[in-house]
Order: sequence, then C-alpha cells, then structure tokens
Amino acid sequence: MPSRTLVEAINDALGVALAEDERVLVLGEDVGRNGGVFRATDGLMERFGAERVVDTPLAEAGIIGTSVGLAEYGMRPVAEIQFLGFTYQACAQLMAQAARARWRSNGRFTCPLVVRAPFGVGVRAPELHSEALEAHYVHTPGLKVVAPATPYDAKGLLLAAIDDPDPVMFLEPLRGYRAGRTEVPEGRYTVPLGAARVAREGRDVTVVAWSYMVTVALAAAEALSGEGIEAEVIDLRTLSPFDADAIIASVQKTGRAVVVHEAARTAGLGAEIVATINERALLSLEAPVARVTGYDVPIPPALLEDYYAPTSARVAEAVRSVIGF
Amino acid sequence: GDGATSEGAFHEAANFAGVLKAPVVLVCQNNGWAISVPRARQTASETIAQKGVAYGVPGLLVDGNDGLAMYREVHAALERARSGGGPTLIEALTYRIGPHTTSDDPTRYRPSDELALWQRERDPLVRLRTYLEREGQWDGARQEALEEEMRERVARIVTAALAEPMPPPEAIFDHIYGTPSPILEAQRRELRAHVQASGHKEKPHA
Repeated sequence: MPSRTLVEAINDALGVALAEDERVLVLGEDVGRNGGVFRATDGLMERFGAERVVDTPLAEAGIIGTSVGLAEYGMRPVAEIQFLGFTYQACAQLMAQAARARWRSNGRFTCPLVVRAPFGVGVRAPELHSEALEAHYVHTPGLKVVAPATPYDAKGLLLAAIDDPDPVMFLEPLRGYRAGRTEVPEGRYTVPLGAARVAREGRDVTVVAWSYMVTVALAAAEALSGEGIEAEVIDLRTLSPFDADAIIASVQKTGRAVVVHEAARTAGLGAEIVATINERALLSLEAPVARVTGYDVPIPPALLEDYYAPTSARVAEAVRSVIGF
Repeated sequence: GDGATSEGAFHEAANFAGVLKAPVVLVCQNNGWAISVPRARQTASETIAQKGVAYGVPGLLVDGNDGLAMYREVHAALERARSGGGPTLIEALTYRIGPHTTSDDPTRYRPSDELALWQRERDPLVRLRTYLEREGQWDGARQEALEEEMRERVARIVTAALAEPMPPPEAIFDHIYGTPSPILEAQRRELRAHVQASGHKEKPHA
C-alpha cells in the first residue's frame, strides 16, 4: 500500500473522483497548469484536460458562485480556494447561496459542491493566509464542514464529501500537508462524514481536537503518559455535523474533557462542544471542561504565531488542571 | 495588479469613483501574470484600461516600464483629481521578472523567451539610464556612486530592522479595540502566565 503525505492523498482522491465520474470537475486559481500553489492538483490537468481542471480568473466569489451554478444543475464541482482566509471574498456565495439552495427551493435544487481550502498557522505566512474560520461555516445552516488530520482520512473524507448531496467545506491542515505519511489505499474508499475517530485510547481524560490540533493533542498525550495520565484523543474529523455521541461516550468513560482548537475562543466550536457535554453528560463530569484555543485576536504575524496557536505544552497544562480539579 | 481586476471589489470601486466623481487615481500594475495565470486568461478584454469606459472613468494604457511616461500620466491624473475632474484608471504595462513567491516556480507555466525579452530589452532601469546618458545627464561614475550609496542604505536599514527587539508575546493583544475588552484582558493575563511558567520555550509546530 502506498505511503502518502496528506496533500498527495488529496491529489489521489481528486484523481479517483475525476476518473470515476464525468460530473466531477476541479476549478480554482492556479489549479491547472501550475498544479495548485500547494500541488494538490498536480498533474490533474494533464490527465483530465483543461475542460475538467479549470484555471479560473482571480475571484473567489466567482469561483464559488460558478460552482453553485454547476452544482445546482447536476455537476460535482470541487473548488480550490488557495487559503481559507480568501473565502472572506466569497462569503455571500457560500453563506447566502450554496448553503441555502436546498432550503430556499423547498428541496427542488441541491448544491453538491466541495470547497477545499488549507487553514491554520504554522508556515509563517503573511496576513489572511492562516485564518481558522471553521466556526463561521459550522454556524451556517446548510453547510457541512470537514477537517481531516491524517492522509488516510483526507482521501476517504474528500471522496465522501464529493459524493455528499450537500455543500461541504473541506478544510485541510496547512501545517499537515507534508508533515507526515500514512498508508493510503489505492482507488476508491470513503470515510463517512459525521463520524469521529478515537486517535488514542485513554481512561483519564478526553481531549477533543481536529485537523492539525490532533497532532498537537497526541504529542501532549504522549508527554502526559510519562506522568501516569492516559488521555483519550478524539479526532472529530467532521465539524458539521459533529459526532456528539462519540464525545459523550468518551466523556462518560473518562469523566473529564479538554477541547482544543486553533480558532479564536469566543463562540468557537469548542463552546458548542462544552455545551453539548453539559447537556448530555453533566453527571459524568469530575471537573469543568477546559478549552485550549487561539485567543480572540487576528492571527498574529509570523514571529508571534507560536504564542497564538495551542501547543502540546498548553494542552498538557490544561489536562493537568482538569485532572487536579 | 492585473489579477486583482477580476475581484468584484475593483469593479465596485471603479463604479463608485465614477458615480461620485471621486478624487482618486486607480493604478493597475499589469505585470502579465497572476501567479500562473496569464493576463489573457484573466480577462477577455483587450486591455485593463478600457474597463474604465464602462464606469465612466477615463482609462489610460501606459508603458509601465517607462518611468518618465508614468510620471507624466500619474501627475496629470492627480492634477485632474485634485481640481475636481474626477477619477482616472491607469494601466501600467510591465512584467513580473521573478517568481510570485519563494515557493513559486514560473518554469512550470511560463515561456522562457518571454522572460528573456522583458529582461533584455525592456528593463525600466536600463532604459532610463540609457536615456539619461544619451542626454548627458548621467554617466558610469555617477551610476556607481549611486549604487554604492543605495547598497549602504539598504544594508543600514536591514541591520536596523534585524536589531529591533522581538515583540513581546502579549503584543498579539494590542490594537484590537480602542479599549481592550475584559475577555481580551483576561486572555492577555492567561498568555503572560503561560509564558512565565514555560520560560519562553515555545517550540513551533509541536
């Protein structure tokens, strides 16, 4: 079985989808001849032609708006936005059009498009290149939001997202693009949307994370293991709809929880997860649920970004405080 | 740039400028390439300057590698704007000699003879220098002196920039609101406590 980086797994999934289904097409800035600024679409234009792997003008609202029309009339567009922060330009198309097509038309139209975009800090990029906006899209009824952490999941979830009858924001970990390899099977397989994964089993505390923060949480869990604390790490994988049952089952076992995300804290997805735990597992809790998150500020410039994003040290600190409550 | 003219914001700004007779000069640096996308794939119109027509804004196509032509046209446009004559759109035609970023590789998408033509025959610095020398306004000695002066100036600025102290971690909370919110102040204290406890040993990417 081939071993692939996450960005190679994305490329593999797009190749599978384009080969299997004539309705699938890829569009975005620099996705064709250049193979994408991160090479996620490398070689696809050569294999499938410029009619199906389309270099667009530089206009995010145009890319998403065109995809909405394509999706509503039977195609399966997969749009690439170079950085999630660039979707600010396309919010009207995403939130006011794609997300509402089904609802607005009483189910007559659907909008099965996928928007792929990398997000998060870690590559020392300039402003607007590191935004963590998942909560904006989770807060938009009608959109699904997926955020894989591993190459295996990236391929399986992307194929599931392309199959899905509704619009999916597919958020890729910028830092995780080439951070490691896992085995990725050839050909088609899917990882179901809406199902979390236990990335590490443990009895003492549940750590909920997604995307690159799973890697950070696992590093913290390894360090804590040396102190006799066994953390269970839940990789949420799909953020909307998120797998509340998996979180609750784990919290009922461990009695403690920490939620980790890179996005700003206030009204972040962590708050929703804490509320869900309170609603469904309050009597299992031995301590208040802690959050380890970015702060309520714009992602800072490169020299300071390490202070912004959660680190394994910060996650471990929070776990110790929850254990010692 | 040429790529940015595909964004809606450009068209809205040009439209507003035209309607409001705004004292503004819109300068588009058309360097032919938006990362890998050539100008011809960015817009089907023959020029970017002509887009002004639709907004009732005079549009000028200027050789952006001709410093004197740019000076004359920008100067005239600014005069017009200041004297109530309304906006102007200037398309400055030039070329992106280098890559878009340090991770960009233009050899994947761009013909090398095109690059060579612009480097060899259209370099604006060489053209201006040649013109000034022909006019007797410039010579090799003055060129060398100027280059030396500029090298020293750049080195001075770089040295000064590198000598700037690292901003404190708490700087990430500055300039968010006129008066910091209680939540932000609490988060600032939280970061301060974490940095003190961890002894500034943040490691990137872990």
